[in-house]
Amino acid sequence: MTLNITSILFYAFSLVLLGAATMVVIARNPVYATLYLVLTFFSAAAIFLLLGAEFLGLILILVYVGAVMVLFLFVVMMLDINLARLKEGFLSYLPLGLAIAALGVLELAMVYWTAPMGQVPAPAPFPGNYDNTRALGYVLYTQYLYPFEIAAAILLVAIIAAIALTLRRRSGSKNQRTEEQLLVRAKDRVHLVDLRIKKH
Amino acid sequence: MTDITAHWTLALPEIWVLSMACVTLLADLFFAAKLRNIAAVLTGLTLVGAAALTFMLMGQRGAAFNGMFIADPFANVTNLFSYLSVFLVVVYSGRYLRERGLYRGEVFVLLLFALLGVMIMASGGNLLTIYLGLELLALSQYALVAMYRDSLVATEAGLKYFVLGALASGLLLYGMSLLYGLTGSLDVQDIAAGLVNVTGSNLVLVFAMVFITAGIAFKLGAAPFHMWLPDVYQGAPTAITLFLASAPKLGAFALIIRLLVDGGYGVMAVWQQIFIVLALASLVVGNVIAIAQGNIKRMLAYSTVGHVGFLSLGVLAGTLNGLASALFYTVVYVLMSLAGFGMILLLTRAGFEAERIDDFKGLAQRKPWYAAMMLIIMFSMAGVPPTVGFYAKLAVFQAVIDAGYVWIAVIGVLLAVIGAFYYLRVVKVMYFDAPEDAAPEIARDDVAAAFMSVNSVALLILGILPGPLMAFCIYALQGVI
Repeated sequence: MTLNITSILFYAFSLVLLGAATMVVIARNPVYATLYLVLTFFSAAAIFLLLGAEFLGLILILVYVGAVMVLFLFVVMMLDINLARLKEGFLSYLPLGLAIAALGVLELAMVYWTAPMGQVPAPAPFPGNYDNTRALGYVLYTQYLYPFEIAAAILLVAIIAAIALTLRRRSGSKNQRTEEQLLVRAKDRVHLVDLRIKKH
Repeated sequence: MTDITAHWTLALPEIWVLSMACVTLLADLFFAAKLRNIAAVLTGLTLVGAAALTFMLMGQRGAAFNGMFIADPFANVTNLFSYLSVFLVVVYSGRYLRERGLYRGEVFVLLLFALLGVMIMASGGNLLTIYLGLELLALSQYALVAMYRDSLVATEAGLKYFVLGALASGLLLYGMSLLYGLTGSLDVQDIAAGLVNVTGSNLVLVFAMVFITAGIAFKLGAAPFHMWLPDVYQGAPTAITLFLASAPKLGAFALIIRLLVDGGYGVMAVWQQIFIVLALASLVVGNVIAIAQGNIKRMLAYSTVGHVGFLSLGVLAGTLNGLASALFYTVVYVLMSLAGFGMILLLTRAGFEAERIDDFKGLAQRKPWYAAMMLIIMFSMAGVPPTVGFYAKLAVFQAVIDAGYVWIAVIGVLLAVIGAFYYLRVVKVMYFDAPEDAAPEIARDDVAAAFMSVNSVALLILGILPGPLMAFCIYALQGVI
């Protein structure tokens, strides 16, 4: 095995990823667990970059780290999670969990032994100016233009539906009206009263 | 690669509806306070404009966007009937929505997006676009059903519809993935070409067809995949039930044409057998269980299952005449259920839903013309001769007999007779029972009543002169087979 800089980086990121993933499961504090999950995604993104899939790597950071995990953190911080109740019955679930894990390992091993691993040649390296963001964009906006637009319409429907189903204007609720606050001028709020001091 | 923008004008109606849905959304946001009807009026304008565009492109055949979009008479005809049904939904449901605080721009915008989903399915040339069109339709429908938040049953119906609809999409997708594995293409034309070398006994093919047909049956509401239908039809606000029973059924029929006929006509023997089971089960479930219903929305839901059984008869015949009669039946079903649910809407008031069969007691004395319209609708659903329902049933039976399945036609006729019982019961309640003392006065809704009259009389006129509509359906399907 040759150790060039790429493989050293790959092993480093993989180690961090596996360690962080383990910590997600065993961390006591759910906020820590969420932060470890962020680290896991980060390491995975780095591995994508090493593989030359820079678009996937960046999207992983933008979408998962930037949006999904922040949402997770909000939820975890807002919920009052009783840790003791969550840990209850850990031992009784352990055998089932271990059995499932063992099954997963067994399946992976079977794939490894039966798949024609050595027979598939490694893909040809891409030319130096290859840019998979550009390649993806090209396919998405030419060949798949029509489904892409429909997907956009579906997302719009999802937004409309989510807002229409959850937004409810209650009369009498005391919320700020930003536009009125911004339009306020000094003379609406401050009255100068001419108070003459009477001389006795 | 050919130019991707070639022939994009074929998709003008779709582009128009999408743009106008966005315009309606924004216009409602800014002007709804002053112009309450703006969303409804813009929706009407959208439909008229789309119909004009479709008439302009009528009869053109071609593909756009690398074969993902197909323009042909079938797509045109399906689109035209979908515009008509959404238009009638908007006209019939205005007062009902206003009385329940649901007269909001989002309802109309979602109706337009659902319509767009149907249009995309009707001209889908690729599994990807067909699936996306289906999801666009389904998502809009889930939201519409759950929109009435003050009603517990509506929320429950929305959730049920969402969960079961997602399951159906999963089934359909699984079938599509098997089809892709078998032929190596998502393009419907390529799939049809790829299936030439596949024999009917191929297990993967059988699985693919079973899953795809199950997904379609779910969307159509064919037994044994009809479980969601009665609960959703009953729970949804009646105005939304009216919509669920209209354009989406045309969309589901488009799924049959695009997936099974365009893609799988070469392996018809495989899905034909599945349709025999679906048709017989739907006929039995729909017509027998409807007898026990006291809620008219639920009764019409089971009657829908029965009607789906009849239209499946046309599909399983598989010939041009069979499919044309199935399309004819679908269109007639849409017209009948628009009228049927529209009649329930006419009788509702704020706080009164008019959804029990008992609410129709003595209608003939209170509103003779309404009762006469309901009489025509019920006769048409039952298939009594001068109405179009009779001709629709006759056409599918003829197609099934021509295809050599006399026994299926016999069972169908028997169940049609059983089904006539519960339609005629509504007529009996209207004409021979005394009105309940507590029956509230019927509200005036002249515009809706006028359109209802045209709709009901059309059922009678089409029954006497079914030729043009039938010719239109045959014209739609001529290029497909």
